[in-house]
Amino acid sequence: MRYISILRVAYRALGQNKLRSFLTMLGIIIGVAAVIAMLAIGHGARDAVQAQIASLGTNVLIVFPGAANQGGVRMEAGTAQRLTEDDATAIRRYCPAVQYVTPVVRTGAQVVAGAQNWRTVVYGAYPEYFIIRDWSLERGQLFTETDLRGATKVCVIGRTVATQLFGDADPVGQTIRIRNIPFKVLGVLAPKGQNAFGQDQDDLIVAPFSTVQKRLMGVTHANTILASARSVSEIREAEAQITQLLRDRHRLTPNEENDFTIRTQVDIANAADATSRTMAMLLASIAGISLIVGGIGVMNIMLVSVTERTREIGIRMAVGAREVDIMAQFLIEAVVLSVSGGLIGIVLGVFVSRTLTRLQGWPVSLPPEAIALAFLFAVAVGVFFGWYPARKAARLNPIEALRYE
Amino acid sequence: MAETPIISIRNLTKVYRLGEVEVPALRGVDLDIYRGEFIAIMGPSGSGKSTLMNLIGCMDVPTSGEYYLDGVDVRRLSKNDLARIRNKKIGFVFQAFNLLARATVLENVELPLIYADGIPGRERRARALRALELVGLADRAHFYPTQLSGGQQQRVAIARAIVNDPVVILADEPTGNLDTRTSVEIMGVFQDLNERGITIVLVTHELDIAQFAMRVVEMRDGQIHRIRPVENRRRAELGVGY
Ligand SMILES: Nc1ncnc2c1ncn2[C@@H]1O[C@H](COP(=O)(O)OP(=O)(O)OP(=O)(O)O)[C@@H](O)[C@H]1O
Ligand SMILES: [Mg+2]
Repeated sequence: MRYISILRVAYRALGQNKLRSFLTMLGIIIGVAAVIAMLAIGHGARDAVQAQIASLGTNVLIVFPGAANQGGVRMEAGTAQRLTEDDATAIRRYCPAVQYVTPVVRTGAQVVAGAQNWRTVVYGAYPEYFIIRDWSLERGQLFTETDLRGATKVCVIGRTVATQLFGDADPVGQTIRIRNIPFKVLGVLAPKGQNAFGQDQDDLIVAPFSTVQKRLMGVTHANTILASARSVSEIREAEAQITQLLRDRHRLTPNEENDFTIRTQVDIANAADATSRTMAMLLASIAGISLIVGGIGVMNIMLVSVTERTREIGIRMAVGAREVDIMAQFLIEAVVLSVSGGLIGIVLGVFVSRTLTRLQGWPVSLPPEAIALAFLFAVAVGVFFGWYPARKAARLNPIEALRYE
Repeated sequence: MAETPIISIRNLTKVYRLGEVEVPALRGVDLDIYRGEFIAIMGPSGSGKSTLMNLIGCMDVPTSGEYYLDGVDVRRLSKNDLARIRNKKIGFVFQAFNLLARATVLENVELPLIYADGIPGRERRARALRALELVGLADRAHFYPTQLSGGQQQRVAIARAIVNDPVVILADEPTGNLDTRTSVEIMGVFQDLNERGITIVLVTHELDIAQFAMRVVEMRDGQIHRIRPVENRRRAELGVGY
């Protein structure tokens, strides 16, 4: 009951000095709006990165040639072993934790269809490539084992390539010329959008491994080997099995380092996670600084208020207010001030995040916890920075307070 | 008077310390005040009247000596307990009225009850209204202090002082800011309350005002110089100013 009337007094005191209260709240408003906007953007970015990592495929492992540690002294760099189709075959046969595997060759190429031409990247892989990358067709069909064995000149094309070469027309069944060699288009891949590095994943052509390796590139090695583990929990095991197998096949002695590198989806996710954590830290410090500045504003105005109302404090003490009552009154006032600022800040923050989405196309998502957190911060700032002025008020000597002015 | 006094003071001293200098404001005061009394404290400026009032009102603690208020040994009380006692047993009236400018008359009178635990809002307002009726200002309950005359403001302050049924009302120069006619009016209110059984101690410089009391305590240099009964006690004609 007593606190209801204290609350009323607090609101009235703030209402009496509307402009002053508003200016004081401004720091909190900006701080909380920053917290909200930053959390929304950070959260949205994390969602986007996670979606992109997921677009890589399911439980994916990628084997690259060359050691991970590029900084080390590497003699005979040119003689480093390359990956081969046989490596991939061996992985399929001897690594039980691996479910699917495909060697991959890759080359840039000019592609022509009728009067249109487009520069893109041509991948050569097994049909498993599409399973590993979790990639479905928008229309048409995939090439098969038979195409692989016969090195037939067929391909599937990404959404971007389809649009560039055929516009709105259906590419399935059409012939395109890659480096002047005619390929029949079997299907169009469903769009995946950009990857974590901002590259267009749909700007590609995938053809049978043998066709690209022999007919287009004329090489005997593979650029990478793409594999998938049987389950998330088997990714590490698959990595270990592939490592052991390739070391054996490449005849590495125990004190030689790997001449290949394996990246797993877990690694990529961890890297992305570390990035978003750094980002979060940065955002938190910005928000923290604005809240501290806002809090100092609250403290300043509360100190002024305590001085201005010294006589009122004396009167309240004379009629029996205890230290805790005075303390509570000024603390509540500080909290009412910061929470009012906080609420305005939340509204402003939501508005700013929405605007950013609309104008910049940034991915923004605002979890309800973020609003709760921002609100809690506002309360905490009020309590923390209101504490000293409130205690100062509570410790006043009633006689001197009454004599003030 | 055979009954026990509600205020009993023995050899009370108060020394203010200003750095190295010691200022003895009270130098051994003995005083008994009984229920239903009306006491006026007089004396030259600096003689310790306000200091004594502050000690009686539990706004401050004595340097030495004994003080029993309504049977309670005040020296043993903590700051918290002193606030409690002020809330329950004391009603203050100040020279400067000391009303909260931002609160209505009713809210001002309610104030002591807000700090007394467990009185529901409706009862607080009812009691505040009753106190306002006693000082003849029930019709101004929703005014703000600045909308009232000085005498009316002081009556609000008196209503605030009596709202918690205190043991004693302490008034330090309550008519100091008022003209003669209004002063008499205020003394009429005090006399009326006194006749209803409320104990009153007031400080005044004016003999005229002291004549409304039953006894006059004359102070000099921090000591009680003389206590004398009032002969030919003045009576305010009630109703005049109401
Ligand atoms: N807070 C204080 N600090 C130091 N000295 C004080 C303090 N309060 C009062 N005194 C001193 O104590 C003495 C008594 O003061 P007090 O206010 O009780 O006098 P008074 O009788 O009320 O005077 P007046 O009629 O002018 O109000 C004075 O000498 C005064 O200077
Ligand atoms: Mg005085």
